[in-house]
Amino acid sequence: MSTDMNTALITDLNFHEAGRRFFRDFSPGDEFYEHLIEAHNGLSDEQSEALNARLILLLANHIGDLQVLRAALQAARQAA
Amino acid sequence: MGAYTNPIYPYKSPADLMSTPPQRRPLIVIGAGPVGLAAAIDARLQGLDVLVLDDDKTVSVGSRAVCYSKRALEILDRLGVADQACAMGVSWNIGRTFLEQEEVYQFNLVPDAGHKRPGMINLQQYHIEEMLVARALALGADIRWQHKVTAVTPAADHATLTVETPDGPFDIEADWLVVADGARSPIRRHLGLDIEGRVFQDRFLIADVIMKADYPAERWFWFDPPFHPNQSVLLHKQSNNVWRIDFQLGWDADPEEEKKPEKVIPRLQAMLGDDRPFELEWVSIYTFQCRRMTDFRHGRVLFVGDAAHQVSPFGARGANSGFQDTDDLMWKLALVIQGQASDQLLDTYAHDRQFAADENIMNSTRSTDFITPKSRTSKTFRNQVLALAKHHPFARKLVNSGRLSVPSFLTGSALNTPDADTFAGQMVPGAPMDDAPVQVNGQDAWLLDQVGKGFQALLFVDAQPAPEVLAQLAGLQASGGSAPLRANAQAVKVTPLIVASCPLELPGMQVIVDAQGLVAKRYDAQPGTCYLLRPDQHVAARWRTLQMAPLQAALARALGHHIGQA
Repeated sequence: MSTDMNTALITDLNFHEAGRRFFRDFSPGDEFYEHLIEAHNGLSDEQSEALNARLILLLANHIGDLQVLRAALQAARQAA
Repeated sequence: MGAYTNPIYPYKSPADLMSTPPQRRPLIVIGAGPVGLAAAIDARLQGLDVLVLDDDKTVSVGSRAVCYSKRALEILDRLGVADQACAMGVSWNIGRTFLEQEEVYQFNLVPDAGHKRPGMINLQQYHIEEMLVARALALGADIRWQHKVTAVTPAADHATLTVETPDGPFDIEADWLVVADGARSPIRRHLGLDIEGRVFQDRFLIADVIMKADYPAERWFWFDPPFHPNQSVLLHKQSNNVWRIDFQLGWDADPEEEKKPEKVIPRLQAMLGDDRPFELEWVSIYTFQCRRMTDFRHGRVLFVGDAAHQVSPFGARGANSGFQDTDDLMWKLALVIQGQASDQLLDTYAHDRQFAADENIMNSTRSTDFITPKSRTSKTFRNQVLALAKHHPFARKLVNSGRLSVPSFLTGSALNTPDADTFAGQMVPGAPMDDAPVQVNGQDAWLLDQVGKGFQALLFVDAQPAPEVLAQLAGLQASGGSAPLRANAQAVKVTPLIVASCPLELPGMQVIVDAQGLVAKRYDAQPGTCYLLRPDQHVAARWRTLQMAPLQAALARALGHHIGQA
């Protein structure tokens, strides 16, 4: 788990999809990662950077919970 | 120099194979690599005559396919060489992944105890091939070395082969032809059959190094290590003090130059430390592709192993999936040859193993894309997964230095009977069976050693079965299952296998005792639960109670009797 003990940020593997069964624990995460890299296919570095920014904004809005978002921002900053 | 000298297998004149008109053989296998040999051994175990033709006269040069997975070992158990392979090979379960010098991720291939075989053994391909050759010969397979098949002419009910030998060419016919001639597959090319996929623009140096070292028997993978910056390195321990080291070189590397000892030795010295003595046994440069044939079956011609599909080496999904091909194919082929099933059963070989090949290609492509990112953005994501992996468990699971070979769950197989009853766990119809410790006649044994001999009905009991159940079991054993297709062919039998929670005496019936309760746990079984098992140790169907009508219907389905019917 994250080092910040009061955070609600999920740091265990959490990829899943309703109605689908994965027989191997790495499969859903690998599938997401493949989609992520594929989304950048054919883009320039600048276009990729912009895509990443849009993606973060979309996901941040989906999460919504500011406490989680603050924890995520902090975790991202700390890992650097 | 070297730890290994290749055997030379004797050439035998094909005088006995030459005739006019050509002889017809029930089954010919092209290629005496691991997969062709597995096909030949399985054929003999199924009671089929088999002729194997190989253009060479020895086994693999260099270690090549080094990692044999738990599932491959379970198949080799059925073929009769797994004890030997495991005794000689290096068993391992743990893989460690390092970024620079720091460990970022570790996996355990068999986290649960109670399996006969380890997650993986490392053993040079030449050792495995020697064992398979000896086993095939002992079982009566006819292997002809220096017999190069130069042409195949398919026909509706056979294929004609043209074979070149030191004594000249000859033609021979096969009712059924299994093509196991490897990634370059001259036969596939000769027949003009499609194989499509992706070529990866990267080069890797493989070195077999002989040295005394006390590294543990684990798979070690480095991203960007100090001794080989910006690239990846993989280390595996093999038998007889041989170590396998793979260096990623990048696409621009000159393969001829990189193979020279004066280039290889400094790389190894940088990795191992200057003072450690070592010998270089074998060096090769490889590139790879991920691709498969559109169809593994072309009438009487069946493609297996690398001839049918190729993957990147990260994941050991080459030879391991080849063994799974023949495991799926040979019982079906035997039933077809013996007139007990229609040849449409072989379409399910193609369908199910194409599905498995796609899964293998998908997993090894994902690993390759992680290991060798194709763009700056992809590389940034890769490196930041590694950075997060130091702190967060989810990122450790995303670190993909190879997802090692595990069998596919054939959930889309036409041979499965969908569940009508409710079950938990992974042993769904189409699942490769999970092993478990059992007792047989008071001795410790393994579940998988009790199955894989034809169709079996696994029945879980906690006491002496009721008389009507015993009568049903006796009937199953006596009458067999489905009606044969040919008048003189035998019906396909289903042999009962009783899994008892306590020792039981059931004369004339095979009983295993689930002393630790792990069979029941892994198969989510209660007293009365029944599984129909295929000859290749896959689940075909399961119920909460044994009933003859659904069992017979599931058997007919597992034999493909419904295929092609409206």
